[in-house]
Amino acid sequence: MFLINCPFCGEREQSEFKAGGEAHIVRPKQPTELSDDEWAEYLFMRKNIKGVQFERWNHIHGCRKWFNMVRDTSNDQIKAVYKMGEKPPVK
Amino acid sequence: MSNNLRFKTSKFIDETYRISFKFNNKTYFGFKGDTLASALLANGVHLVGRSFKYHRPRGIMTSGSEEPNAIIQLHDNSSRTEPNVRATEVEIYEGLVASSQNCWPSVNFDIGGINNLLSPILPAGFYYKTFMWPASFWEKYEYFIRKSAGLGKSPKVADPDIYEHNYIHCDVLVIGAGISGIIAAKMAAKNGFKTLLVDEKSYLGGSSIYDNSEFSKINNHLTSSWLEKEINEISKLENLEIKTRTSVAAFHGYNFLLARENLTDHLPVNQRENKVRQRLLKIRAKKVITATGSIERPLIFDNNDRPGILLSSAIKKYIDLYGVACGKNNVLFTNNDTAYETAMSLIQRGIKINAIIDNREQIDSKISYEVEKNNIKIYKGYSIVETYGYRRINKISIMKLSKDGQTVIGNKTKLNCDCLGLSGGWTPAVHLFTQSGGKLKFREEDQVFIPDVYPSDQISIGSCNGDFGLEEIVKNTLSSLKKFLNIDNSEYKTIEIISGLNQSKRNIWLLPSDKSIGKTKSFVDYQNDATSKDIKLALREGFRSIEHVKRYTTTGMGTDQGKLGNMHALGIISETAGTKMGEHGTTTFRPPYTPLTFGTIVGRNVGEFFDIFRRTPIHDWHVANNAEFENVGQWKRAWYYPKDNENMHQAVQRESKAARDSAGILDASTLGKIDIQGTDASEFLNRVYTNAWSKLAVGKCRYGLMLNEDGMVYDDGVTTRLGENHYIMTTTTGGAANVLGKLEDYLQTEWPELDVYLSSVTDHYATISVCGPNSKKIVSKVIPDLDLSDEKFPHMSFKNTKIDNIKCRVMRISFTGEHSYEINIQANFGKSVWEKCMEAGKEFNITPYGTETMHLLRAEKGFIIVGQDTDATLTPIDLQMDWIVSKKKYDFIGKRSLYRSDTIREDRKQLVGLLTENPEEVLEEGAQIVADIKKSPIEMLGHVTSSYYSPNLKKSIALGVVKGGKNMLGQKLIIPMENKNINVTVADPVFFDKEGERLNAKL
Repeated sequence: MFLINCPFCGEREQSEFKAGGEAHIVRPKQPTELSDDEWAEYLFMRKNIKGVQFERWNHIHGCRKWFNMVRDTSNDQIKAVYKMGEKPPVK
Repeated sequence: MSNNLRFKTSKFIDETYRISFKFNNKTYFGFKGDTLASALLANGVHLVGRSFKYHRPRGIMTSGSEEPNAIIQLHDNSSRTEPNVRATEVEIYEGLVASSQNCWPSVNFDIGGINNLLSPILPAGFYYKTFMWPASFWEKYEYFIRKSAGLGKSPKVADPDIYEHNYIHCDVLVIGAGISGIIAAKMAAKNGFKTLLVDEKSYLGGSSIYDNSEFSKINNHLTSSWLEKEINEISKLENLEIKTRTSVAAFHGYNFLLARENLTDHLPVNQRENKVRQRLLKIRAKKVITATGSIERPLIFDNNDRPGILLSSAIKKYIDLYGVACGKNNVLFTNNDTAYETAMSLIQRGIKINAIIDNREQIDSKISYEVEKNNIKIYKGYSIVETYGYRRINKISIMKLSKDGQTVIGNKTKLNCDCLGLSGGWTPAVHLFTQSGGKLKFREEDQVFIPDVYPSDQISIGSCNGDFGLEEIVKNTLSSLKKFLNIDNSEYKTIEIISGLNQSKRNIWLLPSDKSIGKTKSFVDYQNDATSKDIKLALREGFRSIEHVKRYTTTGMGTDQGKLGNMHALGIISETAGTKMGEHGTTTFRPPYTPLTFGTIVGRNVGEFFDIFRRTPIHDWHVANNAEFENVGQWKRAWYYPKDNENMHQAVQRESKAARDSAGILDASTLGKIDIQGTDASEFLNRVYTNAWSKLAVGKCRYGLMLNEDGMVYDDGVTTRLGENHYIMTTTTGGAANVLGKLEDYLQTEWPELDVYLSSVTDHYATISVCGPNSKKIVSKVIPDLDLSDEKFPHMSFKNTKIDNIKCRVMRISFTGEHSYEINIQANFGKSVWEKCMEAGKEFNITPYGTETMHLLRAEKGFIIVGQDTDATLTPIDLQMDWIVSKKKYDFIGKRSLYRSDTIREDRKQLVGLLTENPEEVLEEGAQIVADIKKSPIEMLGHVTSSYYSPNLKKSIALGVVKGGKNMLGQKLIIPMENKNINVTVADPVFFDKEGERLNAKL
């Protein structure tokens, strides 16, 4: 079970959190301008990387804030956590 | 016979404290400090069980948690019964009752023993191969196979014991209190680390605590005395918590570990009442030091499983720790020096050793010379080829090993014995290390897997790290700790260690026999009766990966997870396949290390705490008025209120009729309520709902439909504008938490610029809905000051008011199609307001109704229930709710998806009404809908989502989803059921009062 360093609360048990899928997928500002394919790209296409992955997490049983996490899915090492809107601190 | 098997001994056995216990209905005696295994051995009992597949007699094999054979049933036929308990771990207590498993009628005479004779036709994969054909017969085979298989019996009644869960946080966790664990705990605690030391046994010190050998000394003291002093010292350390009888079950990532602390299992039964039996410790440690030691390997040869055959180290422990001799005429069989330590322990007490059989040609260590000096015959370069004795070993045959160790040569010699000790070297207990994600490496010299890459802040020390000699253990432990804890170990600056053991070993995974392998039974996995023959068969049949071989032969799949034999299985595979050890993988050790009882896993989450439920503030009234309840999400909701022996149908018909004829009352407190405030609240609602919100006047209510980004309906509910920048949103009962989460997600991630604040207020208000033609009169009696005229208080509006000086909100909204009011009041006044309404409604026969009637009434009106009539594949257009989708708004969640090529298809499933040909026939919800039953395969057009008998329309009505249903009005369709086909006609989903006359009627 992960020990997750919530950017707002500090280290907490994984059971307090909810995973929210891939990070840095921005909702298009003008969806109506998009073709079906472009919209489908936003709507459905997600990466599933073995290795370093950027993820959204929510401290659902804590401060309820969403934040981002960089995690290596091959060994579950959490490389970084950072707030929404911030640039990832690692590549 | 029994008396002279017990020797005056150590401080570990209290001979003044005699304990009686029962095993297989016979009473025996032991002493405080005994395990069930040591007490049985002291009574001369070796045969304790029958093996799983061949029902061969089996005896106690080990002295610890690795035991494969001596697994017993405790307290059979009582509520505290527990199966598959290792006799080697049970501390005896007054009142202990134990029995053998897997045998009938008794362990001495077991009918299943016939399987042993049938073994030539019961090879690995026998069940897979034999019972496959014909496939339809499996159900018949299964009954008999299940009957004959299995270990212990599970309890038949609820567990009466109490269990609990504890969280523990520490700087350093030390697992295992052997010599290296003790050193580690002392150094960690003395250097300021908050330390927890756990050990599965009842005592500290591991095997060194009974190491009284002159051949291994520390600072010129016996190892046992030196260690005793250390233990004394650490028990006074403030920074150190010590937990014995605590077995680490799982080592997860990020140094999260689960351990079982056993609190009462060693107490007399009558002292256990009202005490917590076991605790599941959830440990989060900054650093973990694994010092789990090692497990002695057996040797694999023909008939190596007879009662009386034990690990050599177990024989040593029984004599040194418990003062129990396992036999009077012993033979030791070894490939390394540790058996000589056992020999010395036996010699010291004058117990006869008939011979030592050693695989090695050359033996060169002080301890072996000492044994030889005592006139013990050592057969060097020999191996055992056969053992004799059915219920107890009585003889062995030995032969000389060839130079390469692949065959046996020369003449057979027979030797008598009643006890045979095996020592095949040591296997580091790396189970927890690998569970944590650690990677192993193989060390060729002594054929062991040892920790290589650590996935978290942890180290392994002592023999679980592959250090076997006393000097190696202590020195390497000290240098590892210095680095790991970043400390100075002045504590042990001058430490002198002498050891008389040499680490040489002649490792042969499968010892040769003079018979062909087909005629031998060399057990690799004792518990699952897997032999070397089975493993070789699997390889011949093409299996290579250890994971496949394991499943095919069941090697390592017992409750002991193959703690003894897994290495031999790997060795035999690599030897047979001609590959390197580890090339085909090592098996994965999974938690728990030793089995856990379910009680420990669930802790206090039993009974009403198993799945907690939420009650509305009016719950007690429902109970008092005979309501039946239904689970909705976590809520208990009143389902219907049967009167005078009514069944559900009768109650619902009565309630539904009353609500339309006069007045009904519903507890709607469970509806999700989200308070929305902020200057951008209207804009926010515009974005999350499909319809427009900006123009909603203060004091007005509006129904809203919420979609997912994929355009599918997600939730619905009425939202009320309480003020310029203040709304209260209602959601479905089950969707409340998720809707709040979704709204927060958008606010935090996509639209952080919006000034909007959300709070869940579901629990803060009780919601009472009064509906029906007399609802107005009733509410005016309850709130006389409120002007209920249509002009002042029209449909879809709200008023702030007071009931007896208590503020409340009243909405005029309707989910039934009747004139109705929803009173929202601070939760703790809910029940009294409900009772007020009941009192005021008495003259109008106000009828409480539950969720079932609510569903029926709304179905008459064709109102959907999200989650019942929808299933995340329906758009508002599919639901024929085009009217709620704003054409003007530029964007809202899911808008773009409403005109994807897939969502605009005409043949999507769409919501329709269904009327049965026979108006008395009520459809089954979930039933399939088809058009043509002659076509093969029959095309499924959709299914029934809601179905009721409407007392107000006096006919059956249903909602369903049908492909292209929108354009099928009036068309005949068929619902094929098991015994008949029901004819239905597609209808408008609004069955009742389509014009809404009842809502707007002047009352």
